[in-house]
Amino acid sequence: MADKALVRWGIAVVAIAVLAAVPLMVSAYTVSLFISMLAYISLATAWAFFSGRTRYISLATAAFVGIGTYTVAVLSDHLPLPVVLAIAPAVGFAIAFGIGLSTLRLSGVYFVIFTFGLAELIKQLVIWFEINQTKTLARYIFVNASGTLIYELLLATAVVVIAGVWWLSRAPLGYALRVIGEDEMVARHAGIDTTRVKVLVFAATSAVMSLVGAILSLRYTYVDPNIGFNSLVSFQVLIMALLGGIGRPWGPALGAIPLVLLFELLSGTFPHHFGIALGLCFVVIVYYLPGGVMGLVDRWREW
Amino acid sequence: MTDTSPLLAIRGLHKSFGGLQAVRAFDLDVTPGAIVGLIGPNGSGKTTVLNLVTGEIAADGGSVRLAGQEMIGLPAFRICRARIARTFQLVRILPGMTTRENVLVGRLFGAAPVALEPARRDVDALLHRVGLAERAEQPGAQLTYIDQKRVELARALATQPRVLLLDEWLAGLNPSELQIGIALIRQVRSEGITVVMIEHVMEAIRALCDHVVVMSAGALIAAGAPDAVLRDPEVARVYLGDDDA
Amino acid sequence: MVLFEAVLSGVLVGGMYGLIALGLNLQYGIARMMNLAYGEALMGGAFTAFWFFTLWRIDPLASMLFSVPVAFVGNWLIYRYLLTPLVRRAANQDVLEADTILVTFGLLFVFQGLALVQWGGEYRGYTYLALPVNLLGATVAFNRLLAFAAAVALALILYWLLRATRLGTAMRAIAIDPVAAQLVAIDVPRLSALAFATGGAIMAVAGTLVSMFLSFNASIGIVYTLKALIVVIMGGVGRMLGCLMAGLLLGVAEALGAYLVDPGLTLAINFALFLLVLLVRPQGLFSRG
Repeated sequence: MADKALVRWGIAVVAIAVLAAVPLMVSAYTVSLFISMLAYISLATAWAFFSGRTRYISLATAAFVGIGTYTVAVLSDHLPLPVVLAIAPAVGFAIAFGIGLSTLRLSGVYFVIFTFGLAELIKQLVIWFEINQTKTLARYIFVNASGTLIYELLLATAVVVIAGVWWLSRAPLGYALRVIGEDEMVARHAGIDTTRVKVLVFAATSAVMSLVGAILSLRYTYVDPNIGFNSLVSFQVLIMALLGGIGRPWGPALGAIPLVLLFELLSGTFPHHFGIALGLCFVVIVYYLPGGVMGLVDRWREW
Repeated sequence: MTDTSPLLAIRGLHKSFGGLQAVRAFDLDVTPGAIVGLIGPNGSGKTTVLNLVTGEIAADGGSVRLAGQEMIGLPAFRICRARIARTFQLVRILPGMTTRENVLVGRLFGAAPVALEPARRDVDALLHRVGLAERAEQPGAQLTYIDQKRVELARALATQPRVLLLDEWLAGLNPSELQIGIALIRQVRSEGITVVMIEHVMEAIRALCDHVVVMSAGALIAAGAPDAVLRDPEVARVYLGDDDA
Repeated sequence: MVLFEAVLSGVLVGGMYGLIALGLNLQYGIARMMNLAYGEALMGGAFTAFWFFTLWRIDPLASMLFSVPVAFVGNWLIYRYLLTPLVRRAANQDVLEADTILVTFGLLFVFQGLALVQWGGEYRGYTYLALPVNLLGATVAFNRLLAFAAAVALALILYWLLRATRLGTAMRAIAIDPVAAQLVAIDVPRLSALAFATGGAIMAVAGTLVSMFLSFNASIGIVYTLKALIVVIMGGVGRMLGCLMAGLLLGVAEALGAYLVDPGLTLAINFALFLLVLLVRPQGLFSRG
């Protein structure tokens, strides 16, 4: 038993080492592709850990990614990069914590509504702030970060996120989340502090999303509210997590990898029609699913 | 010196929904180690009392004290950790989890803090006590009705309660299953747990209860030993209606 | 005086908010569909009115003769062919709600994407009947007054239909308990489809009315869906008059916020009001117990 675990750990370490060396071996375009993949792996895994397990569907992924992006855009001129990268998830955590406290004590519908509008709300607030402060919607990021640095940061994030989800799934917290998702009344009466669990896990996973947004923003020099808060990101992450499999720690990553490639191809070929194509494909797939979308959620069990 | 002060003391519990008074001025003393029956026609407020005591619904007023500690106002999970456990009127099994996992939930969160391995061992022992040892790995959705009931009981017991509230736990069982169920409840009491059971199955009430209270339209209308209460013409009247009493 | 004008203008817009909340009540309360693409029908109605007016000089109100049936049929088709299979497959109400949310979220991107491709992302607007009118001492635009009157009239007609006709009573029965309604021989699928389609049609009307005095673009669907959701939560699901009042309340709150603080913060005011209701009275301001 211990040998099996040791072998697994050995493979994991080797795999991570190989992945870390990738930027030295491939073209800049491939690195860029890998960057997108790693980012979405983290986003989808984080989303699935909360929304997939508790069934409280968050549509706010784009909002938290945008928070990370704008933290970098606003602070990177004034503070060193490591500090900014620490502040971004903290801001995401704080905002998610507030939303969680207000809406997660009530039925899931209020939470969905709130997260649905969050990207728009923050976008409007940012626009208001920008117009009043800088008189322009454009923001420039002048951090000199190489593709390799961004890649390694995102690789580290993805490793930590997947390892964290893997570990927590086996811990009491993992059970608590599953029970909340299956039957919240049972959870309450079995002694689970459902509000605390929901709020903390939502805030933590949102913090991860903000961190990813912050790191990703380093590859851009220009950002504006429409670029920073693109609701399509929420939709893409959702699809990756659902189609990859929510029950397993690796599931969302398995969904993210091929879909990132597919979406790259689609958005390259049909830049203006990408959203339409995505929506249509999703609707069609759902139409043919025997158990509905949530049937996908139930099909996957723990490793 | 035996302790005769009530373990669970309910005073003046009341709740209204809009214009409807679901529970009015409910009083009950439950002595330690007793099995108390709570009976009454459908809609009389029995499950509402249970929901109020376990914190699922907020009471409009009154007091519920467990060994002197006030329960009213506490969230449901705190009441569970204060050692009041319950089962549900419609069995609430977690279909996607195995029998063991279903019961593990109670042990992990409702009782004293424990690590995963010792918790699993405790749960396996508990499954053995309620007769579910062979079903430990079976997914909840595949269990038979009586086994699902056993799982609910085991999950409640896993939280190491002092008081166990059963909501029509014996409903829908055939005669031989009923005997198994009655024996299980007796076994629970012999382990030192106090039981309050909402029931319609009068045979079980007669066999198990030391004390019975009767509700009708939200109010308490009778209380006493099972034989006396079940012979009370007022009780017959609320069950059968004025025409047939 | 100017404050009063602001409040009055808020009341007038609030009538629109009440109307869109009514439509959502039909879709969510009766057809039990949380439709996140709800606002897209409003966007469609607004653009239809815009193109009819700017291209062919046709009265925006007359454009409703086109946009309303299209919205009605479109929503009916979506309910009948896309959402009904979900109803059949869902194990319980929670699963159905989750499925509906995800599917309509996808639909949102389809419609918004189509609009963006066709018409671009810029804001559009036109001037129609923007004559100043004196109301209670304040000056308001006639088009706002007209929109308000139309919205209120439509809302009252709907209210009357639901209260006083057999069809309406059947729909209210479905809203309370669809299983029981089926048992008393109410054709739940057909009437739910009807309710859903009517909700979409109402949005087309609201879009036309709103386009007369507010600018809009291909992406406003989400904003109006949000407003409808918030008003319905404030007024109470299924409570028609409550939603009307909550709509007026939202309109006035927005107007006050725009006047006292900043006109660019309307969504923040929406959310602040939403949060307040959630914290204080989540069952709705106007519901009983």
